[in-house]
Amino acid sequence: MPGVQFTILESTCVPLPVENIDTDQIIPARYLTATSREGFGEKLFRDWRYKPDGKPDKEFVLNNPGYKGSVLVAGRNFGCGSSREHAVWALYDYGFRAVISSFFADIFKNNALNNGLLPVVIPPDTLEHLFMLVKKDPSMKIRIDLEHQLLEIPKAGLAVRFDINPYKKECLLKGLDDIDYLLSLKGEIETFEKNKAK
Amino acid sequence: MKPRTLFDKIWDAHVVKSIPGGPDVLYIDMHYIHEVTSPQAFEGLRRRGIKVFRPAKTLATADHNIPTIDQHLPVKDEIARNQIDTLGRNTREFGINFFGMQHEHNGIVHVLGPELGCTRPGMTIVCGDSHTSTHGAFGSIAFGIGTSEVEMVLASQCILQYRPAAMRINISGTLKNSVTAKDLIMFIISKLSSGGATGYFVEYAGEAIESLTMEGRMTVCNMSIEMGARGGLIAPDNTTIGYVREKSAKANRTVTAREIEYWSTLRTDPGAVFDKEITFDAAEISPMITFGTNPGMAMPVNGTIPEPPDGEKEAASYLKSLAYMNFSPGMKLEGHKIDYVFLGSCTNGRIEDFRAFASVIKGRKKADTVTALIVPGSKMVEKQIYAEKLDRVFREAGFEIRQPGCSSCLAMNDDKVPPGKYAVSTSNRNFEGRQGPGSRTILASPLTAAAAAITGRITNPSEIIPTNLT
Repeated sequence: MPGVQFTILESTCVPLPVENIDTDQIIPARYLTATSREGFGEKLFRDWRYKPDGKPDKEFVLNNPGYKGSVLVAGRNFGCGSSREHAVWALYDYGFRAVISSFFADIFKNNALNNGLLPVVIPPDTLEHLFMLVKKDPSMKIRIDLEHQLLEIPKAGLAVRFDINPYKKECLLKGLDDIDYLLSLKGEIETFEKNKAK
Repeated sequence: MKPRTLFDKIWDAHVVKSIPGGPDVLYIDMHYIHEVTSPQAFEGLRRRGIKVFRPAKTLATADHNIPTIDQHLPVKDEIARNQIDTLGRNTREFGINFFGMQHEHNGIVHVLGPELGCTRPGMTIVCGDSHTSTHGAFGSIAFGIGTSEVEMVLASQCILQYRPAAMRINISGTLKNSVTAKDLIMFIISKLSSGGATGYFVEYAGEAIESLTMEGRMTVCNMSIEMGARGGLIAPDNTTIGYVREKSAKANRTVTAREIEYWSTLRTDPGAVFDKEITFDAAEISPMITFGTNPGMAMPVNGTIPEPPDGEKEAASYLKSLAYMNFSPGMKLEGHKIDYVFLGSCTNGRIEDFRAFASVIKGRKKADTVTALIVPGSKMVEKQIYAEKLDRVFREAGFEIRQPGCSSCLAMNDDKVPPGKYAVSTSNRNFEGRQGPGSRTILASPLTAAAAAITGRITNPSEIIPTNLT
């Protein structure tokens, strides 16, 4: 079965300069009762997006028509807390294809990579710079080139290299699927089990 | 041979294959699943037309969204009921053992695994739940995974993982009176911050750790994820072996001499190198509470809320957190009025937690202004509470004991704290809205929660507990 592919992304950015954004904020627990992967985008950042009376909170960036795009830029330790993959599904379903931060929580990062949502880690001062640039010009486009592991901001003449583990990079570039790979190892797994039982 | 850490010994014994330049294919001994993070994984298997590779190595429970009253009746919430029924159908179709809501072994996934003797030293254990780190208390590699990874394990009993960095946290000396395992881990997280152990797997060691009971060790390992760690583990010793033997015997599971021999090799070799090593003195630790909206924002019960950190963004996030709690820097919280108390969760929902809470409330009365949610971690814990007649202590003090589940820890069911209300909670996360939209959570130990339930205010437990009880 093919996995999700990611090669090059060009987009404007949505800035969310808050640190330690946990997955309970990305998708509150009360919306986790669904049994499919679809439709979580509607509930993305539900309690920050809407006031208790259900009306959109105009202060929140997703309700600001000035900011659009498929790249979310967020403060450090993004995605901490609960392992819920629903957080990634919600971001993806809403339309995000990449998240940029200075560091991500481990489980969130794995979940993102497993769903074709690219977590892009950049140094803290570059992140600050990016927040400033986006604030100054919300229409500014950035370019993420996975093959060359480059984040480029042509308008600012900026290019930053980012790290990604080579295995996942290959999977995303080619749209390969982990489970297909694991299933191909069946013989080796059975041998491992036999040796372990000895 | 090069000295190895406890973690390395277990990891190395489970590598089926190393992908050059890539992750390891890691074999999983025990896979726990629950209703919330599994349906999409089973759906994936169906789409691929494949079976569960080793159904006997997966165990299922319903815990996250179940009600804690009237469990003999069908679940009222239609969507929650559908999710539980879906797990029932999936486990039947794929041949997996399922402890549904009315089963005598039902409970929170991280409570029931250990109490049934399924969690053992030297194992690799995963679950679609970040608090899977709990099982590390037994000297196993246990960590939370996402639903795509749940599907990997169902399909192949393996997972693709990079070896994390190694950290050892030593706690020397002895804990003071009224200071529990919960205070110990909250203290560590407050020192490291909520992201301070990201990328690491933590081994807890030292005299104060060795002195803990298995339930205390589970509380410590449980919250490893709250400082970002992939997991936490503690070397198995006689305390561990005794506990596993007792629980296994009760659940009719055998423990072989060969297993015990292997477990005794599971310790870090002298000279093994950690990427990071930290030592704290147990005597420094006091009963702890949180004051913000992540578990790193914690201080002693009698402490003062610190000033914001340096840096504009850091300070803004910190003040946003305090504003949500309606607190401010320089404020003391001891004596602050509270509205709710929650005893339960995979962090503090075991029998020793109920005994500790009962020791404080015995012969006293719950404050009228406090609503208490008292929720056992499993059916077996519930049974033990009644067997020890602790239910009388709770009832006489004005507390009602609910039925087991995750309950108010994440408030997927009706056990919600209303907007703006303060809850002193023995759970693991004080995130915004975690216990219900607008709720304000103050994390604490069962002793501190009990003290708050009696006085209606944040109270240092050592001031109200006779010291001979702790």
